[in-house]
Amino acid sequence: MQRITIDPITRLEGHGKIEIFLNDQGNVTNTYFQIPELRGFERFCVGRPVEEMPLLTNRICGVCPEAHHMAAAKATDAVYHVEVPRTGKMLRELLYSAFYATDHTTHFYALGGPDFIMGPDAPVAERNILGVIHKVGLEIGGKVIQMRKYGHTVVEIIGGRKVHPCTSIPGGLTKGINEEQRKEIEQMGRWAIEFAQFSLKAFSDIVLSNKTYLDLIVGDIYTHKTYYMGLVDGNNKVNFYDGMVRVVGPDGKEYVKYAPKDYAAHIAEHVEPWTYLKFPYLKNVGWKGFVDGSDSGVYMATPLSRLNAADGMATPLAQAEYEKFYSTLGGKPVHQRLAIHWARLIELLYAAERWVELVTDPEITSPNYHAIPTAVPTEGVGIVEAPRGTLTHHYWTDERGVVTKVNLIVGTTNNYAPITMSIKKAADSLIKNGNVNEGLLNMVEMAFRAYDPCFGCATHSLPGQMPLEVTIYDAQGNPLNVLKQFCD
Amino acid sequence: MSKPKFAMYWAASCGGCEIAVLNIHEKILDVDANFDVAFWPVAMDAKYKDVEAMEDGSILLTLWNGGIRNDENEHIAHLLRKKSKILVAFGSCACEGCIPGLANFSPVNEIVDTAFSTITTDNPDNIRPQSSFAMPEGNITIPTLYPVLRTLDQVEDVDYYMPGCPPESHQIAAVIDLVIQVLQGKAELPPKGATIGAGNSTVCDECPRKRNVKTIKEFGRIQLTHADPELCLLEQGIPCNGPATRSGCNARCATVGAQCIGCYGPAEGVVDYGARLISAFASVIDSNKPDEIDKILDGLVDPAGQFYRFNLAGSLLRSSKSAQKG
Amino acid sequence: MTEETKPFEPVIIGFTCNWCSYRAADMAGTARIKYAPNIRLIRLMCSGRLDPTFVFKAFAGGADAVLISGCHPGDCHYVEQNYKAMRRFHLLKRVLVQMGIEPGRLKLLWASAAEGAIFAAEINKFVEEVRALGPLNWAKPGELVSTPIMEEVTA
Repeated sequence: MQRITIDPITRLEGHGKIEIFLNDQGNVTNTYFQIPELRGFERFCVGRPVEEMPLLTNRICGVCPEAHHMAAAKATDAVYHVEVPRTGKMLRELLYSAFYATDHTTHFYALGGPDFIMGPDAPVAERNILGVIHKVGLEIGGKVIQMRKYGHTVVEIIGGRKVHPCTSIPGGLTKGINEEQRKEIEQMGRWAIEFAQFSLKAFSDIVLSNKTYLDLIVGDIYTHKTYYMGLVDGNNKVNFYDGMVRVVGPDGKEYVKYAPKDYAAHIAEHVEPWTYLKFPYLKNVGWKGFVDGSDSGVYMATPLSRLNAADGMATPLAQAEYEKFYSTLGGKPVHQRLAIHWARLIELLYAAERWVELVTDPEITSPNYHAIPTAVPTEGVGIVEAPRGTLTHHYWTDERGVVTKVNLIVGTTNNYAPITMSIKKAADSLIKNGNVNEGLLNMVEMAFRAYDPCFGCATHSLPGQMPLEVTIYDAQGNPLNVLKQFCD
Repeated sequence: MSKPKFAMYWAASCGGCEIAVLNIHEKILDVDANFDVAFWPVAMDAKYKDVEAMEDGSILLTLWNGGIRNDENEHIAHLLRKKSKILVAFGSCACEGCIPGLANFSPVNEIVDTAFSTITTDNPDNIRPQSSFAMPEGNITIPTLYPVLRTLDQVEDVDYYMPGCPPESHQIAAVIDLVIQVLQGKAELPPKGATIGAGNSTVCDECPRKRNVKTIKEFGRIQLTHADPELCLLEQGIPCNGPATRSGCNARCATVGAQCIGCYGPAEGVVDYGARLISAFASVIDSNKPDEIDKILDGLVDPAGQFYRFNLAGSLLRSSKSAQKG
Repeated sequence: MTEETKPFEPVIIGFTCNWCSYRAADMAGTARIKYAPNIRLIRLMCSGRLDPTFVFKAFAGGADAVLISGCHPGDCHYVEQNYKAMRRFHLLKRVLVQMGIEPGRLKLLWASAAEGAIFAAEINKFVEEVRALGPLNWAKPGELVSTPIMEEVTA
């Protein structure tokens, strides 16, 4: 029995290990995807004042602290039974939209994207952002840096800091924005819309027009037919910050739609003794193991899931892309996991459009961004869509608002079973008769990377010297600076 | 002529330190120009076996973020120490334990029990994760949790400390500039054990709010008031850890109306961060009567959490009594 | 039972102020009033000098209890600083309780220079109270180490 260990998995946030077992014929008998870490937030947040939860839970993930910050903020609003004023809600969602644009950008260009854009068998030295730059154009490096900079600037203006925002409190925020800041945010948002459109065009030119890549997307290796989950607004359109949780079946029809406070009636978490992470599943369908189908409670929560679970996008440019997406791939729902990369870019466009929509609302600069809670704090649930999936925070407190119990179901956690299944299927399909090489192992990791829009490096150099010239442009498209290495 | 090697690794952490490094934006190209990235799991595909194969001391600079929560964290700490010339405890987790250090209030089995018995957890056999589990194909393993979370220097020799949760990007950029200057022979490294990328004073020094003599008759909660945006938060009865926290962050949080939660760690010369805050907070209570003092202190609903939020693992006591029993 | 069990002898660190409580201890000494040797006295100029760091260091270093002693309220040699000690004591106690150290292990005692007998009696009482609580047994840093606590399950 041969054993292949991939440790640690890379180009992702967090820790993980993949164990692949081969029989004597060199074919895969089983694959295990283990999570080796546990820090204990659900225990050590007990005893803390509940208004600290948006600050403490930031530290669950430094890549998407904004997601935890917002889920926590909404949960604390619920604990205090307080309604956030409209301006407060808009400011939070504005921060969140800008964050989404940044996060989806870095994942596509630097993390999962290189595998996909460069091709699955590309050499290690090219399978990164630099390879992408060579293929798509040198100006890309500068644009990606710019998008990250703009997104984090908005987070800092509204949230106080670039990483681990600090301004959300029960009932709203500690500060608002003035007209000068509003103008700056609007200018950056309009640039973001153009950048998103550029990205979708690049995807269309490089990936969709290439038969090999298209075959990879629509092929069977990375396909699973499961339930799909996402937040939807009152019109059943995708919303990242607020709404009801909607789940559709493998056939695309609505299975259930529930309010955040009712999540525990629908979601349960299965336990295995060989990993620190649990496997959420739909409680009323039941846990049937790591299998596809409408009888299995396994569900996915990703950009693709959100598009599958909704009836459309709430902004016009994104909606047009949404329609093109489904008509290209043969209708709803789409099951091919590599299509998550495309869905992610459609969300990037929506995030940018929503960014501009919110920042041009006349009430965005109003000083009415916080309502002082008056009720006795008790218990509350806050749900948002993290870039990598539906994020649930549930707190109980005593009458002073000190936390007594916590339950968290974190974005990627929703996908633990689907990811395990995707890795296994990829390993089964690709590793045959003992033929194992680095490229094949990377294709096994590709099954993983499609799910998790973790961050990556905007520009990063792997071993080997890549000649690189990067031109940095300002928001008007004027070159600010040209940086070169290894070239004249 | 090959470039010196650079590595960055995360233990019990959140990834925020990696993001902070990326938020130096164009400056990442200076890193790229001056170093070969040998190992950085978030961004490139080198694996543990690649590090093991490197020569001892062949990595010039390793930025280590994250606390030591399990035996894998400790193992990699020893490995990277061996392979690195300079090891920096980067970020609050590595320096003082940070938020995951709050786990040191409880015994570790409570940490695991809580996670595996939440209201949505379906665990009728009361399973807990096992460090080694026999599957039909073979044993598969996961790291074992230690009784308490420890800082990097509690398990390994550390050359420099860079505090912050995460360290501010402008500070990271300044440190990178310094290291590049050192490589070019234009500057000297600070003495071993120094704190780099941060100031020598407290957050209060950087805070723009007005400060008067503090006389506190009541501790409040930030959500239950609309605080005066110009006046010191502590003076208004809102707990703020500025007085004992190291400067270097430009007092971002207090500037936007949120309390300083202490993520930059102890100020220069502070032996026990929580003790310093106990002194500071107690000194400004406006009462000499025991009953009244107690009533005022009732407004601080979680003093140990307030004073050791980022620093429990790095404090003199390091953990609560119950946590010590494992 | 063949094992000899010695009664637990608490180790107590006492911080006393130069002008009142340390003189009280002195007075007990010169008057030959016996008080338990379990207490090790450290003299500060004022109880207001008591830095909570000292208390944490004492417990982390092996003390079973800590005494803070100063001039009576209103009699502080430096006018008001014993009030600071009082406030610190109250806050310190709450933090220690959260850390799992019983409130009975930290005591605040006012004693004037003339109260040698009272001082001695209070110390003896404190020693017995701590004896009843038992040893604190705070783990040394080296002890909070590698014992991994999870079982190995093999086939």
